[in-house]
Amino acid sequence: MYVIEIAGLRKTYRAKGRRDRAVVAVDGVDLSVAEGDVFGVLGQSGAGKSTLLRCVNMLERPDEGTVKVGGVDLTALDRRGLREARHGIGMIHQHFALLSSRTVAGNVAFALEVTGVPRNERRERVAELLELVGLGGRADAYPSQLSGGQKQRVGIARALAARPKVLLSDEATSALDPETTDSILRLLLDLNQRLNLTILLITHEMNVVKRICRSAAVMRDGRFVESGAITDLLDRPDSELARGLFPLDAPTSLDGHTVVDVTVSGDGADAPLLAEVARRFDIDVRIMAGSVEQLAATRAGRFRLAVPAGDDAPLNYLSERGARIGRPTAPSPIEIQGAAS
Amino acid sequence: MTWSELSELLAVGLQETAWMVFVSTVLTAVGGLLLGILLVLTAPGGMLAAPAVSSVLGFIVNVTRSLPFIILLVAVIPFTRAVVGTTIGTDAAIVPLTIGAIPFFARIVEAALREVPPDVVAAATAMGATRRQIVGKVLLREARPGLVAGLTITVIALVGYSAMAGVVGGGGLGDLAIRYGYQRFDTQVMIATVIALIVFVQLVQTAGDILVRRLSHR
Repeated sequence: MYVIEIAGLRKTYRAKGRRDRAVVAVDGVDLSVAEGDVFGVLGQSGAGKSTLLRCVNMLERPDEGTVKVGGVDLTALDRRGLREARHGIGMIHQHFALLSSRTVAGNVAFALEVTGVPRNERRERVAELLELVGLGGRADAYPSQLSGGQKQRVGIARALAARPKVLLSDEATSALDPETTDSILRLLLDLNQRLNLTILLITHEMNVVKRICRSAAVMRDGRFVESGAITDLLDRPDSELARGLFPLDAPTSLDGHTVVDVTVSGDGADAPLLAEVARRFDIDVRIMAGSVEQLAATRAGRFRLAVPAGDDAPLNYLSERGARIGRPTAPSPIEIQGAAS
Repeated sequence: MTWSELSELLAVGLQETAWMVFVSTVLTAVGGLLLGILLVLTAPGGMLAAPAVSSVLGFIVNVTRSLPFIILLVAVIPFTRAVVGTTIGTDAAIVPLTIGAIPFFARIVEAALREVPPDVVAAATAMGATRRQIVGKVLLREARPGLVAGLTITVIALVGYSAMAGVVGGGGLGDLAIRYGYQRFDTQVMIATVIALIVFVQLVQTAGDILVRRLSHR
C-alpha cells in the first residue's frame, strides 16, 4: 500500500512582476512511497527536490497534479482539513527550525499544543518522546545550548509528537558533521523499523541514500531521471544511482582486453564470481577499480573488469550468475557529491 | 530659588513627564503591536497577503513618520480637542505623543517579527498550527527580545517627544526647562532638568536591557 502518492506534480515560480521569467521547479513528477519505506530523493541544489518535498505537506501549493497522503488528496482540502492532515505528517528541517525561546521540552510540547493534546497529558508524552530520541536528560536546556545533532533530535521528537505515519526530511543531516550524521541516520532507521514510520527524504548526499534508503529517485531540472527500489535501480545497466553509489573513474582502455563495468547485488555481491570465471575459462581477470558495500537496501558491488578480448563466454557466464554487465561509463554528475561525503 | 522650591518643581515635572510617557507607552505598545502585526501579515507573501491594505497602512505610517514631532503636535490639535476636550496639559499631550509613537513602534515591531526565521514559521505551519497560534506562539514569542528592546527605544523617544509637549503647555520636564531655563535664564533649573532627564533615560534603558537579556535565549 502506498502512503504517499504524487501524480503529475508541477510547480512554477514567477519572478515578481515579470511573467516571462518563470522558473519551473518541479516539472511533472510522479512518486509513490510504500508504507514503511525509506525513500530518498537525490539531487543537487536547484534540482527542485526541496519544492517537491514542500508540496507533500502543502507548504507550497502545486500548480498541477495531486498529492495524496494516506489516501487523502491534500490539494482538495480546505484550511481546516489541511491542518488536520498535517498532524499526520511530521517534518524535520536542515537548520532544525526550533523555537529559540522555548526549552527542549517546550519545543516538543509546542507540537502537542498545536495538535490539541490536553495540558495534563503533555508532560508525560514529552518525556516519552525525548526518551525515544535519546534526549532524556536535556529537557530543560534551550536550543542554543545544544549541539547540532541534539537539535535535530529535538526536531525529530517534535515531528513525531502527533504520532504521524509519515516523516518528511528536508536535508536533515546536511548541516551536521559526518559522525553526527551517522547517529541521526541510525536514529531515523531505528524509528522507521520500530514505528513502521514511512520516511520521504531529500538530500544531496549519496551517503544518506547508501545508509538508510530502500528506494530512491534521482532528480534533475525538476524531473525524476530514474526512480524505484534501489535493488531494481542497481539492475539497470545505465543507472545514475548505481554509478553514484559506486563511483568509478573515467573509462580507460587496455590493449587486447575488453573493459566492462559489472554490478552485483544481493547474494551475488559476496559470491566468488571472479575467481569462478578465471578458473572456468582459464583467463586472467583484472579488476581495474571497484568496491563492495553494505547498503540499507542490499549488499552490492560494482567493478571495472578487463577480460581478454575476443571471447564473450566469460561475460555471458557472469550475466547468467546474476551480474549486470555494462559498457564502461563516465562518472555521473551525482558521483561528485557521493565522493565528497 | 531655594533647594526645596527647586526639588518641588522637579518632582512635579518628573511626575508629569512620567505620567505622559507611561500612558502613551501603554497605548503605543498596544497600537504599535497591532499595526506592526498587520504590516507583517498583509505584506506580499504574508499570511494574510493583501497588497492594497499593506500599501495603505505603509503609506499612513510613512506620512506620520515624515512629520517632525513638533509639527505633528500642532497639526493634531483639533483632534486632541475632540478627544480630551482641551489642548493644554499633560492629558492633552498624550494624544499627539501616542499618534507620533505608534507608527514608530509599529515599524520596530515589523522589523522584529521579520527577524523570526521563515523556516521556524514553516515548521509550525507544517505541524498544522493555526494562524493565530503562529502569530501568538511563534512570531510574537520568538521576537520578544526584539520587541522589548524596541519598546525601550520607543519609551526613550517618548521622553524626548514629551519635552516638546512643553512648548504647547504640556507640562513635564520640557515645560520646566522652557519656562525657567529658556525664558528666565535660570541655569540652576536648566541643569537640574538635564540631570533628571539623564537619570530617567538611564533607568529606562537599564531596565530594558535587563529584561531583554532575561528573555533572550539565542
